[in-house]
Amino acid sequence: MSFSEVEDILSVAAKWRAEGEQVAVATVTETWGSSPRPAGSRLAITKSGKMAGSVSGGCIEGAVAEAAQLTIASGAPQLLDFGVSNERAWEVGLACGGKVKVFVEKFL
Amino acid sequence: MTPDVLAALTEARAAKRPVVLATKLPSGEQILLPDPKASPELAAAGARALQRDETGTVKLADGDWFLHVHNPPPRLIVVGAVHIAQALVPMAALLGYAVTVVDPRRSFATDERFPNVSVSSDWPDEAMDRLAPDARSAVVTLTHDPKLDDPALDRALKSPAFYIGALGSRKTHAARLKRLRDLGHDEAALARIRGPVGLAIEAVTAPEIALSILAEIVAVRRGAPLVQPAPATRDAA
Repeated sequence: MSFSEVEDILSVAAKWRAEGEQVAVATVTETWGSSPRPAGSRLAITKSGKMAGSVSGGCIEGAVAEAAQLTIASGAPQLLDFGVSNERAWEVGLACGGKVKVFVEKFL
Repeated sequence: MTPDVLAALTEARAAKRPVVLATKLPSGEQILLPDPKASPELAAAGARALQRDETGTVKLADGDWFLHVHNPPPRLIVVGAVHIAQALVPMAALLGYAVTVVDPRRSFATDERFPNVSVSSDWPDEAMDRLAPDARSAVVTLTHDPKLDDPALDRALKSPAFYIGALGSRKTHAARLKRLRDLGHDEAALARIRGPVGLAIEAVTAPEIALSILAEIVAVRRGAPLVQPAPATRDAA
C-alpha cells in the first residue's frame, strides 16, 4: 500500500471521473490561524452528491459542495474565502477562528 | 484539471517521482513542475517548495500560484516480522507510509502474516543497502536479535533516515550501543537511535507499542517539542 487511501482523494476523483461521473475537486490553498486542515487538503464532489476527503473539520464542507455544483455546471473554477471576518456571500464562519482559501476546479 | 495534467500527475505519483502541481489563482491554469515551459521564477519556486515539502500559495511577478507538492510517500522500513510489526505495518500504512518489512526468517515474514506489504527476506544489511533509506525514511528494528538488528542499525546510521528506532529495554539498548560503538559509530551518531523505541505512554499490547512508535515517528517528522533528544549517551553510562 503506497498511499494512504484515506488521504488519496485525487485517485478517488479520477476513479469517479472514469466511471462517467461529473467531478469537481476543492483544494485548500492557504490557511491562517487554527484551521484544521493544511494547504493541499482535498475534497472531491460529484454532481450526484458523492463526497470524499475534507477541507475543514466539517464546518465548510456543505458550502464548498454547493459551490462545487456551480463549478461542475459552468466549468469555471472558483477561489472561495472562508473565515470569521468573511463578509462575502459565503456566510460560513470557521468555529475555530481560522481562515482558509479553497480553490474549486472541475475535472475535465 | 485537464485529463493531460491528471494523467501526468498520476504517472509521476505511480513512478514515485516528486512533482509540484502549480495552479494559477484564480484562473486555474495549471502546469506540472518541473517543466521546461515554466518561467524561471515559477520553476525556482516549485523547486523550493519540493525541497521544503511545503504546499502553499506564493506571490510571483505574474500573480498568485498555488504550489501543491506531491512527494512520494515517506517510507518505513521495519526490521523484524514479529508480532508488534503485525500491528505496526497496517497502522503505518494508514498514516501514509510505504512500508517494507525485512526479515530473513521465512517463518516470520510470510504473506499470510503481512498481506499487501512488501516483504524482504534478505539479510538486513543487504536489504538496507538495496532499500537505501533517504531523509524521508524511518527505520525501526524489532527483532531483539543483535544478529539481525545490529547490521540494520549500522546501515541506518550511515543513511540520512529521519528516524531510527530500536526496540529493547534500557539494558538491551545500552549493550546495543556498546556493540555499535565497537563498529565505529561515534556518540553523535548513536544519539540518533531512539531506544527504548516509542513515546512513553506505558504501552503494553502490540498495537499500543505500535502506536507509541508511530506517535514518535510523527512527532520527529513534524518537529514536535514533546520529543526529547534521543537519550543514547545517558543510557550508555
